[in-house]
Amino acid sequence: MALLQIAEPGQSQAPHQRRLAVGIDLGTTNSLVASVLSGSAKVLLNERSESSIPSVVHYGDDGAVLVGSQAEAKAVADPYNTIASAKRLMGKGADDLASTLFADRYVFDTEKASIPAFKTQAGNKTAVDVSAAILGTLKDTAEKSLGGELVGAVITVPAYFDDAQRQATKDAATVSGLHVLRLLNEPTAAALAYGLDKQQDACVAIYDLGGGTFDISILKMQRGLFEVMATAGDTALGGDDFDHTLSHWLLEQAGSTVSKDASAQRNLLSIARGIKEQLSDHEVCEYSIPLENGKTYQGKVSRDQFNALIEPLFKRSLKACRQALRDANIEKSAVDAIVMVGGSTRVPLVREQVGEFFGKSVLTDINPDEVVAVGAALQADILAGNKPDSELLLLDVIPLSLGLETMGGLAEKVIPRNTTIPIARAQEFTTYKDGQTALALHVVQGERELVSDCRSLARFELRDIPPRVAGAVRIQVIFQVDADGLLTVSAIEKESGVVASVDVKPSYGLSDVEIEQMLSASMEHASDDMKMRALQEQKVEADRVMEALNSALQADGDEHLDNTERSTIDQGLSALKIARDGDSTESIKSAIAVVEKASDTYVERRMNASVRKMMAGKQLADVEAETKN
Amino acid sequence: MQLDLSNNHFELFETDVVFDIDVNKLDTHYQQLQRVLHPDKFAQGSDAERRWSVQAASRVNDAYQTLKNPLKRASYILELQGLMLNEETDTQMDPMFLMEQMELREALDDAESASDPYAAIDKLIAQLGSQIDEHSMAYSNSAKTADWPEARKLVRQWQFLEKLKQEARQLEARLDDAEG
Repeated sequence: MALLQIAEPGQSQAPHQRRLAVGIDLGTTNSLVASVLSGSAKVLLNERSESSIPSVVHYGDDGAVLVGSQAEAKAVADPYNTIASAKRLMGKGADDLASTLFADRYVFDTEKASIPAFKTQAGNKTAVDVSAAILGTLKDTAEKSLGGELVGAVITVPAYFDDAQRQATKDAATVSGLHVLRLLNEPTAAALAYGLDKQQDACVAIYDLGGGTFDISILKMQRGLFEVMATAGDTALGGDDFDHTLSHWLLEQAGSTVSKDASAQRNLLSIARGIKEQLSDHEVCEYSIPLENGKTYQGKVSRDQFNALIEPLFKRSLKACRQALRDANIEKSAVDAIVMVGGSTRVPLVREQVGEFFGKSVLTDINPDEVVAVGAALQADILAGNKPDSELLLLDVIPLSLGLETMGGLAEKVIPRNTTIPIARAQEFTTYKDGQTALALHVVQGERELVSDCRSLARFELRDIPPRVAGAVRIQVIFQVDADGLLTVSAIEKESGVVASVDVKPSYGLSDVEIEQMLSASMEHASDDMKMRALQEQKVEADRVMEALNSALQADGDEHLDNTERSTIDQGLSALKIARDGDSTESIKSAIAVVEKASDTYVERRMNASVRKMMAGKQLADVEAETKN
Repeated sequence: MQLDLSNNHFELFETDVVFDIDVNKLDTHYQQLQRVLHPDKFAQGSDAERRWSVQAASRVNDAYQTLKNPLKRASYILELQGLMLNEETDTQMDPMFLMEQMELREALDDAESASDPYAAIDKLIAQLGSQIDEHSMAYSNSAKTADWPEARKLVRQWQFLEKLKQEARQLEARLDDAEG
């Protein structure tokens, strides 16, 4: 608990208690989990000795859920119940389906337009369900491999993910029972894996071409401080698109004699993928395609032919590179290193042309499939508190502008893209009718001027506004983006200080209520063992809260609190002690919440004072360092 | 003394309210603050500590971004003087300045169809850059002598110039996109 971490040395908690934390690369095509073991980050193997699992989930008619290669093995025989590349649908709505490659490959239930669900024999499954199944499997792999429970995970997301996509990822983690320490941008994770944070002063470009998404980020490194200067990308560009383009071409070559059914199409796609991989090491590749009449079509394709097919797709990535350089306000020549991430950077054309674009050879030393998970594991180790002396600090940015709908369907930017997070911005509103008690706001994300060209994030309704004449009420709406890049909105009526209640309706996502339902559904199926475990965990948490607060109070409670404040906290603590000795998980939870609420102000005063002290210390240390130099 | 988040931006960074600040010192101070109060430092903290940290780090980010950018810094100093910009009554502008602006805007419109549009944009951006520098220097002098009406006039013109520069950059982006 950080209350203790900023206390004087010597008062600190049991030092050698290592907390188990992992980094997870939840990919479109493959997913991996890694952890720091005896000082270095390693990818963890599952029971089948696989370092990565295909991001595929199969739903059986008996309710059995298969994840990974076992699920992938069912893809050809049982295509509709085998869900792949679900990441592409994270945070998307039913009206987005047409623009994806999913519509003709799966059957969807789009009745609830906010989130499309795959129709499977085990019922409707959303992309969040599918991702939660993958995360749950990785969690099991990690807990078996590390031999204990995880305190949490750092999960990576493409830097270009919007708020809805990030929120969906966090929801999936919640449903799978994983505590999210941080959502980390994939390119930042890759830079960490390369140890680029140890550079004195460098500018690095991370070129990340995965299965389904492309990201380019420009990072600045200064003695352990990572600053993301700009990020750009394309959420619908990746190696999968190379496969699709090639499979269309193959279809043209073989003529119309290839079966149209989903299995044959899937098969064609895996043939295309095989050819693509072959062409990374060979100039020419021979292939054969099974035809409907039982015969096979034989053909060959050269690397040059393949390059010509994918070049238009590849060029889209350079467009984003130019955008990122412009946003970072630097020239290509100012980039000191280019890190290649994602399996699709194995394609020779990509490596050559990116190198040519920046005028430098690219870094490919670390396996491009593992580099993100490795970096996430390093960050997880730090966030879990295992490296209190770490100098590393990531200052990330919001990838897309947040705006509000104004009159005439225009989007007004509230927080521009590439603003360092966390960030809060306040905007003032007033009523336009006499006696108006509610106000509707529409939050969008994107760079375009028209609301209809931006991504709708949520609609908010402010209620309980005191009825006055038009224009008399001043309502301050606060947009807070946290370090994960997630937005929350709150509102205060300025005159009375009354906090207006905000009803959130995410445009594409799950409401809190729906997540609660998914969670309680999974708890109902949980064994008594798991319930006991939950109780035990809550008791440990209660002990931690009490211990931390008591020692803080002992140290400086008198300095920061008056008698009334002190007695409120003391009452909370005794109530928590009673709850802790009982056997209701819920009661302990709410008693902790009461204590935390009561100690809010105390924590704030204490933190302000500590920050002062630490800043003074740091400045002194800097002066000393300078004199030494 | 405590770290007071309700302090103004300059106080937060322990600098005097002046336009010509030491940017290196600002950077260093910013990094020191974030190393202490960034949410990553409280990943294992209580809810209250994490909330505090998000608030404090947001406040510091906001202040830093305002002070780091010369135009935002200049506007903020006016705000601290109680002078609000962009009031509805702000319709009057120096005619000479407006004439110049119209010429620059025409140059921007012409740039797109120029034989070498990139060169034309570069030239325009360089012109705007030197005008912005002039405004920044003149502002600095006005602020030193506390001639706030003059300082306010300069900031309003400076806003025009920045906006045009931004539009030139957007045109550059559009040309890049068209190229594919």
